[in-house]
Amino acid sequence: MRRGEALAAWMLTLPAALAFLLLLLAPTLAAIALAFSDYELGVWPPHWIGLDNFREMWTDRGFRTSFVNTLVYVAIVAPVSVAGGLGLALLIEGAARGRTIFRAIFFLPVVSLTVAMAAAWQYLLHPTIGPVNAVLRAVGIAGPAWLSSSDTVLLSLAAIGIWESIGFNMVLFMAGLTAIPRELREAAAVDGARAAWDRFRLVTWPLLGPTALFVVVISLIRSVRVFDTVAVLTRGGPNKASEVLLYTMYTEGFTFLRLGYSAAITLVFLVIVLGLMLVQTRILDRRVHYG
Amino acid sequence: MGNAARLIVLTALALLFMVPYIWMVSASLKPTDELFRNHMALIPEHFAAVQNYGRVLREVPVAQYLWNGVVMCGGILFFQLLFAIPAGYALAKLRFAGREFVFGAVMLGLLVPPHVPALPLYVALSAAGMLNTFAALIIPSTISVFAIFLFRQFFKSLPDELIHAARLDGMGEAAIVWRVALPNAWPAATAFAIFSVVAHWNDLFWPLIVVTGQDRATPALGVMHFRTEEAGDDFAALMAACVLMTAPLVLAFLLAQRRFVEGISTTGLKG
Repeated sequence: MRRGEALAAWMLTLPAALAFLLLLLAPTLAAIALAFSDYELGVWPPHWIGLDNFREMWTDRGFRTSFVNTLVYVAIVAPVSVAGGLGLALLIEGAARGRTIFRAIFFLPVVSLTVAMAAAWQYLLHPTIGPVNAVLRAVGIAGPAWLSSSDTVLLSLAAIGIWESIGFNMVLFMAGLTAIPRELREAAAVDGARAAWDRFRLVTWPLLGPTALFVVVISLIRSVRVFDTVAVLTRGGPNKASEVLLYTMYTEGFTFLRLGYSAAITLVFLVIVLGLMLVQTRILDRRVHYG
Repeated sequence: MGNAARLIVLTALALLFMVPYIWMVSASLKPTDELFRNHMALIPEHFAAVQNYGRVLREVPVAQYLWNGVVMCGGILFFQLLFAIPAGYALAKLRFAGREFVFGAVMLGLLVPPHVPALPLYVALSAAGMLNTFAALIIPSTISVFAIFLFRQFFKSLPDELIHAARLDGMGEAAIVWRVALPNAWPAATAFAIFSVVAHWNDLFWPLIVVTGQDRATPALGVMHFRTEEAGDDFAALMAACVLMTAPLVLAFLLAQRRFVEGISTTGLKG
């Protein structure tokens, strides 16, 4: 039986294991190796150039802009969509009615085709025919050219990013909130925590801690991955003002066919994502577990 | 906060969130000259729905794009489940040398975003002459370590007696996977299915890399193509195209709202 069981187990795992090796492990290792080569599509064989790609990145103003833009984008989108998601979850949790409808409305952007909604936003934000600037004109303000001015483009993309991800965070927070027993909050009220803020601070927030950490990390990772809106609306422009990591990786690799350099950018991206996950595990290990 | 105040705040925010949808639909019904003349009116003076949607349906192979999306998502989901369910079962319920190692590989795989293996996969598919095929759209996503992880967690909570009983009835392990374990894992399977379909239906990154032209374009690529190549300044037609392409998944969501929300929140940890 034991040997039979082991054999059966390997037979069941084999397809997944093969696919894992071929489609995930090997290409990931290949990407890491490429990052240290000068490989360009069509030029064979590639040469091992050590850290040259990373040196070039360091001096490449285009890459620096892209890196800083990504940080700015993340620094706007992640905090606002986490706080907004929590706010909406708390508002909806306590609402007497309409909970399902509100949840559906705020969640809608998560299931909507990003590319199509990006086009809708482009129309909304259009400098001359867009309703947003029409409203601003009505109150006497000359609205900017949101997506085509280097001052506002990143901000506009961040607004779209927030709109897209707030509902996702809200749903995660709502799941966390339902896990907190109602009696606890009621007991806190009896014990003198009368104000809603006190109940939130003393009971809800500490119990929501693990969920919150989780949502923060997910939001950071999701916003580092921004690509669709940039590819559709701005292509990194104007003048690289909305160039972000994954879009730079895409253009270097698939437009200029510099796969080595592109792989090096991918590696930077991977290190950021891994770093965020490491921070999460560290904090989780140190915290008291309430579950 | 009082109940009335809460409802007012929520309603105001909900309306704000709906703005892109409301204007998208409104613009898709207006004649182009009205879009340029009258920027704020929500209800068109003249309805041009037939004209706008007609232009889109004439010039854009909408059905083709949607069908491509269905084939891609269906193919990906089929293989993901085919690979992940047996592996998840073996990791949860069978003892074998190397189990810890395999599970370690799964956990490691969870850390790698799909953008990392993309370059070498593109080179390989291109060398094999497989660009612009369904295979190129589907193959790289067929392995989901997240699905293996999810099913392993789910199968762990399955009572051992159930499996022992099936073995006593003479069922082999493979039969147990599909006929005993899977029927008990529908909640996990639907949650994962929704997560997978939403993610791949909306994805632009990978299709943009492996598909050029219209034959295998997904809805995301289709909208992008129409926007840059054909729509020009015809925002009315562009919005009509966006409505048509966004509608299927949004309708599915509105019909099975609770399942979608549960599906995304139980699988949320993947991001």
